Amino acid sequence: MNAFLAQLLNGLDKGGAYALIALGLTLVFGTLGVVNFAHGALFMLGCFCAVAFRALITIETITIDPTKLSPWGQPLEIRTPVVQDWLGSWGTVIVDYSVPLSILLTIPVMLAIGIGIERGLIRHFYKRTHAEQILVTFGLAIVIGEVVKAGFGPNPWPQPIPNALRSAADIGRWIGMEPGALTYPWWRMIYLFFALSVIAGVFAFLRFTTFGMVVRAGMADRETVGFLGIDIDRRFTVVFGLAAVVAGVAGAMYTPLLPPNYQIGMDFLVLSFVVVVVGGMGSLPGAVLAGFLLGILQSFASMTEVKSIIPGIDQVIIYLVAVIILLVRPRGLMGRRGVMES
Amino acid sequence: MSTTPNIVLHAADVFKNFGGLRALSDIDLQIEEGKTHAIIGPNGAGKSTLLNVIIGRIPPTSGAVIFDGTVLTGKAPHEINQLGISRVFQTPEIFADLSVLHNVMAPAFARRDGAFRLSMFRTTAREDEIRAEAEHLLQDFGMWERRNDHAGALSRGDKRRLELCMCLIQHPRLLLLDEPTAGMSRHDTNTTIDLLKKIKSRGMTKVIIEHDMHVVFSLADKISVLAQGRIIAQGLPEDIRVNPDVKKAYLGGHTE
Amino acid sequence: MLYLSKTDRLKLLAFAAVVLLMPIWLTPLGAAYPGLMQKFAIYAIFAIGFNILFGLTGYLSFGHAAFLGVGSYTAVWSFKLLTMDILPAMIFAVIVSGIFALVIGFFSLRRTGIYFSILTLAFAQMCYSLAYSVLTPITNGETGLLLTRNDPRIIDTALGAAHVGAEGLPSPTFLGIAMSGYSGFYLCAVLLILAFFIAQKIFASPFGLALRGIKSNQTRMIYTGFNTKPYTLAAFVISGMFAGLAGGLLAVTDPIAGAERMRWTESGNIVLMTILGGVGTLIGPVIGAWVIEYFENIFSAINKNILNQTFDFLPDGLQNVIVTVASKFVGEGWHLTLGLLFVFIVVFLPGGLVEGWQKLMARFRGKGREKK
Repeated sequence: MNAFLAQLLNGLDKGGAYALIALGLTLVFGTLGVVNFAHGALFMLGCFCAVAFRALITIETITIDPTKLSPWGQPLEIRTPVVQDWLGSWGTVIVDYSVPLSILLTIPVMLAIGIGIERGLIRHFYKRTHAEQILVTFGLAIVIGEVVKAGFGPNPWPQPIPNALRSAADIGRWIGMEPGALTYPWWRMIYLFFALSVIAGVFAFLRFTTFGMVVRAGMADRETVGFLGIDIDRRFTVVFGLAAVVAGVAGAMYTPLLPPNYQIGMDFLVLSFVVVVVGGMGSLPGAVLAGFLLGILQSFASMTEVKSIIPGIDQVIIYLVAVIILLVRPRGLMGRRGVMES
Repeated sequence: MSTTPNIVLHAADVFKNFGGLRALSDIDLQIEEGKTHAIIGPNGAGKSTLLNVIIGRIPPTSGAVIFDGTVLTGKAPHEINQLGISRVFQTPEIFADLSVLHNVMAPAFARRDGAFRLSMFRTTAREDEIRAEAEHLLQDFGMWERRNDHAGALSRGDKRRLELCMCLIQHPRLLLLDEPTAGMSRHDTNTTIDLLKKIKSRGMTKVIIEHDMHVVFSLADKISVLAQGRIIAQGLPEDIRVNPDVKKAYLGGHTE
Repeated sequence: MLYLSKTDRLKLLAFAAVVLLMPIWLTPLGAAYPGLMQKFAIYAIFAIGFNILFGLTGYLSFGHAAFLGVGSYTAVWSFKLLTMDILPAMIFAVIVSGIFALVIGFFSLRRTGIYFSILTLAFAQMCYSLAYSVLTPITNGETGLLLTRNDPRIIDTALGAAHVGAEGLPSPTFLGIAMSGYSGFYLCAVLLILAFFIAQKIFASPFGLALRGIKSNQTRMIYTGFNTKPYTLAAFVISGMFAGLAGGLLAVTDPIAGAERMRWTESGNIVLMTILGGVGTLIGPVIGAWVIEYFENIFSAINKNILNQTFDFLPDGLQNVIVTVASKFVGEGWHLTLGLLFVFIVVFLPGGLVEGWQKLMARFRGKGREKK
């Protein structure tokens, strides 16, 4: 039972990441009608916003103190992060909390990147075939990945969890179990709640603003909205930017859980496409539901008990589910009729 | 309920409900061999539903459609075509990426080779019989000069003619025409009527779904009038023209 | 059965000449060594096969690398268990990958459009993941499947055939001739010409016409009496078999099979080759495969020293800047160039190099006429 709950919890935060990526993917698909194979690359860029942010705030000044000697007999070098220099102990806190704070950098950067990509490339592909959209965004994903590789190298960049949050929450005790029976690392819990609030934010934005209303109308029936004379183009740009931001922050916050390298985007892309398809192309709630569902399923499949019954199931569970769903329920869990079927 | 030899298609006691909505009720339609049978009716009368039931795209709630002794319900579109029913669509469905000649040749292969044949070591260009027949048809319809053009580059009227050629090369026993003049100018409509009159002489059975009276009265041997999912009148054009029920339901009191 | 139209016969002759004379015309380009030319031929076979599916029917598979991998594994197993002769290895590679394609295609083809792409991707990823984990007894996991001296090779043992290269590990042979160096290349070259011929036959056949009809208008196809499912499945299996053959030949070049050959980036690579050359044309995919393999070879070999020499004539500062920038696009950074190339092709030249060439020719001809 405890093992079961523990796996459920483990699956939730991973599911949160899947849901966030799939949300943006399906939003772009539903409104712009574009199949974006570069969406995983946007997640990866978000990861590297966190990496870059930390690199920026840990730029150090080196002063040499000739009066003291290091153990090697050289004059002692004193390295102080600039932030610490300027802000004193606040600086230490900022460095410690670099990952959550990096969101402040991630949002504007991803918004700019998203808008740039939409204006520069995606816009010209609205009327082209889905195959061509897949191809051009696939190429874009390669380019983004390689640019990051050129800048950051091929190796993963581990990011630290803030000191205060490194331990695990003793969830078991909260619900009346023995201490230590069921624990959940604080950061994973934070990620889960973060994912939930971003999802809620996106849904609220789409439900309660005029802008969101138009976007939803566009998802339901693109032609009609076009006829209403609403300036769709500008809104499309914003939608793409929004999707980029959601993917970006999802990536930035995920860095302590999985050290990013330039390939992380590709790996997540395949998974999130599967998520979107399972949820139903063009359905936002479907994407969220499927994201969590697949995260949890994957987590269960990696339990030793399960693996001993069906070896290798943890490796293929997601794809297997996707295949079954597509064959049995081709529109996914919550997909609408007629989306992408011709 | 026996089908007399000269009845090609028989829709017997067909009902169709969509949820609680009754789209077709008590349809009994017999299409005689060699005749041009028009199904007319105002928008929303159930013409498209009836057509889709006939070709097996929508299963009827009750009743059956029998083509030449075979029940069509539950058959796939390609099986129905293989039985000898070809169809012309409201918007011409052609192979836009292929040459005009290949557009006409492809259906001939389906007729000759059946629904599937792995004929990867034959050569299209050496199928002289089919090629000759296709070229002959194209000549008849005045499109021979354009045989090597991409079909997608044709005008709408030409696409309609091409689609007719594609159906005719299959020598169907029954040709279904779904609003062949929908959205056409008067001039194009008249050209299409001439075209259909021309193929009438080929003596094949035709069913035309149409709302344009002009078209119907120039072509049909027999007319069925559909209103609110029922056949309210059936008979020769001259009878239908003076039928008071039809005037009421279809023309809504005013005449053209 | 062997008939070709006159233009097709000329094309085949020209193609055969180009392929067989590779060692000559590739010399000035610095690519005339057997290993690379073998790769040219193998990836061209892969691309030709992929094009029979994607180019004719329009179904975009993102999982064809799986068949490449299956072909490689099968060939190596044939080397290990039966004989070092390549004939059974190639036959088994084609058959086994054909069976895989039949199963995967049967399910994937129940959906169209992007759903089809995702299904093929999911199946290929499953193959890839399983090859790395549970199927280790068959695939030897991360190490890759290797030949050893103790392999049974029952046919070879029964015949008492001496292995070519008896000192170390045996190497693949064809009727006793070692398939290394130029003989290996000519084997691949002949098979490439054969593959090209089969593609020509399919393109010109009523079967090929039906496949094109499916790409052009499925509705018209089914209302014209074609059952599209067996047509697409046949195309899928044929292209899977081509991929299996290519995979088997890769194992002849280097008798080792690894799961990374099944990775989805490898599938993306073949899509790229086909697109770059020209989807749906006969020669396009071959050109695409050659261009990409050639540039990969050239670009990835360039390093900073070479760049420094090339830009030596520039003033120092400028030289440094240019070399630093340029170095990001070559060597390890070759994939960046590839990605950019990909984007440019899709944006500006959706028909690929072949269409670009035709447009260029048409323009020249047009200008020529104007002058007259």
